[in-house]
Amino acid sequence: MKRNNFLYFIKEGVRDLFLHGFMSFAAICVIVACLVIMGTFVLVMMNIQEAIINLEQDNEILVYIDDTYAESEAKSVGSQINMIENVLEASFISRQQAMENFVEKQEDPDLFAGVDESTFRHRFSVRLVDINLMADTLTEIEQIPGVARTRADQKVAEGFTAVRSIVNVVSGVIIVVLFVVSVFIISNTVKLALFSRREEISIMKMVGATNWFIRWPFVVEGMLLGLAGALVSFFAEWGLYELMIAQVNKVDTLEILEFIPFANVLMPMALVFGVIGFLVGVGGSLLSIRKFLKV
Amino acid sequence: MIRLIDVYKSYDNGTKALNGVTLRIDDGEFVFLVGPSGSGKSTIIKLITAEIASTEGKVIVNNFNLNTIKQSKVPYMRRTIGVIFQDFRLIENKTVYDNVAFAMRVIGASNKQIKKRVPYVLELVGLDKKSRRLPHELSGGEQQRVAIARALVNNPSMIIADEPTGNLDPARSLEIMMLLEQINALGTTVLVVTHEKELVNRFTKRCVAIDSGRIISDGMDGYYDYEEE
Repeated sequence: MKRNNFLYFIKEGVRDLFLHGFMSFAAICVIVACLVIMGTFVLVMMNIQEAIINLEQDNEILVYIDDTYAESEAKSVGSQINMIENVLEASFISRQQAMENFVEKQEDPDLFAGVDESTFRHRFSVRLVDINLMADTLTEIEQIPGVARTRADQKVAEGFTAVRSIVNVVSGVIIVVLFVVSVFIISNTVKLALFSRREEISIMKMVGATNWFIRWPFVVEGMLLGLAGALVSFFAEWGLYELMIAQVNKVDTLEILEFIPFANVLMPMALVFGVIGFLVGVGGSLLSIRKFLKV
Repeated sequence: MIRLIDVYKSYDNGTKALNGVTLRIDDGEFVFLVGPSGSGKSTIIKLITAEIASTEGKVIVNNFNLNTIKQSKVPYMRRTIGVIFQDFRLIENKTVYDNVAFAMRVIGASNKQIKKRVPYVLELVGLDKKSRRLPHELSGGEQQRVAIARALVNNPSMIIADEPTGNLDPARSLEIMMLLEQINALGTTVLVVTHEKELVNRFTKRCVAIDSGRIISDGMDGYYDYEEE
């Protein structure tokens, strides 16, 4: 693209933006609203995902070793458990340690003073890579020689999976709907600019301007609207998120909730907002200009 | 150069605008195309400028075969033609200079080329002193001169004027026609669509008359052969 043309496209795009100032303002407001809602859903989704990951990591499987196995034999079973693909980590807990853990948890540990450690089995505490594959992994573990039985809360695992799927689907649908709404709004704003310049466009076509030459100023206008909306909504989202965390932290009963700090998602969010703003802007203008170029 | 070979044009609503038109206009010619409303004059202009396609027959303009031309090549074909309209079609918020420069700008001309060419063309049409004026500050004749300057600025090999004097008084009409004659004398082909009998008869030029989508006369002596009903 020639430098001359580039400057012309920018100048014309900016001119259109201010020529329909109110419509441009309205378009930016709608984009901000859509992006803030979209961003909020993304943040909620990310926080839920994070919480699920934390919960998943706490959700361990207990693998009990055969009574007849001595401690050294029991420990050797661990290497076979660790070889299973979905196993993140298998930590050995000896009989004695298991008993100590049990006694510690009791309200009155003295009551269990005489209990023999042989009442307990050697065991492994196993954490999984993907909790969705728990059933298959349990089957594999149970086939290892020396494993007496396993204990896992599969219902909790299934619950996590269901929550995650619902959150993903709902967020996905809302994001797509808001994206389409934003494209539609930009498209209408650019259509207004196109309509007011239809005479100019027909002259441009008549003197031999290429379709792309005619398109560019409108693409620039849409792009600027999209990016302006993205910029405003990014900072609005940031502010709202920090405000929400501050408000939640004030409530004692909600202290257990842990939020991802905005700083951790700053760059990805900025990128996502920028890309969506750009796509919405460019997509919206290209959509509306198609009809006007059929001269 | 224009070649229309046995051209038919029917619109979607069933109107048969052209019924086997064959017309040849060579480089450097000055031709009047005359006929009543609905005779097919505008259809011929639209075919030549590739706004519409013929239903049947061949249309060749400045070596571009418009029956087979790719959509992406149409702008390049249009750059070889300058078009002037009855209603001038100037951009109201642009000055005379900018209206003319705009035609160069949109085909990607550099600032240097624009600065060199626009004053020259404005001088040619006698508007060099009014280059900073807006269209509404000019008379009808002057506005049409701006339109002519815009049509000329990209140095086309052909000018097509669609009722260029339709909105002007007889004196201004004559001035515009004389300006087109001057342009033709410089080597540019000129095709003027009009139904102004007196004006046509004043010039000794080739005159093609069309009625009901057929060419009914084609005389080289400039005689306005067609009689309006």
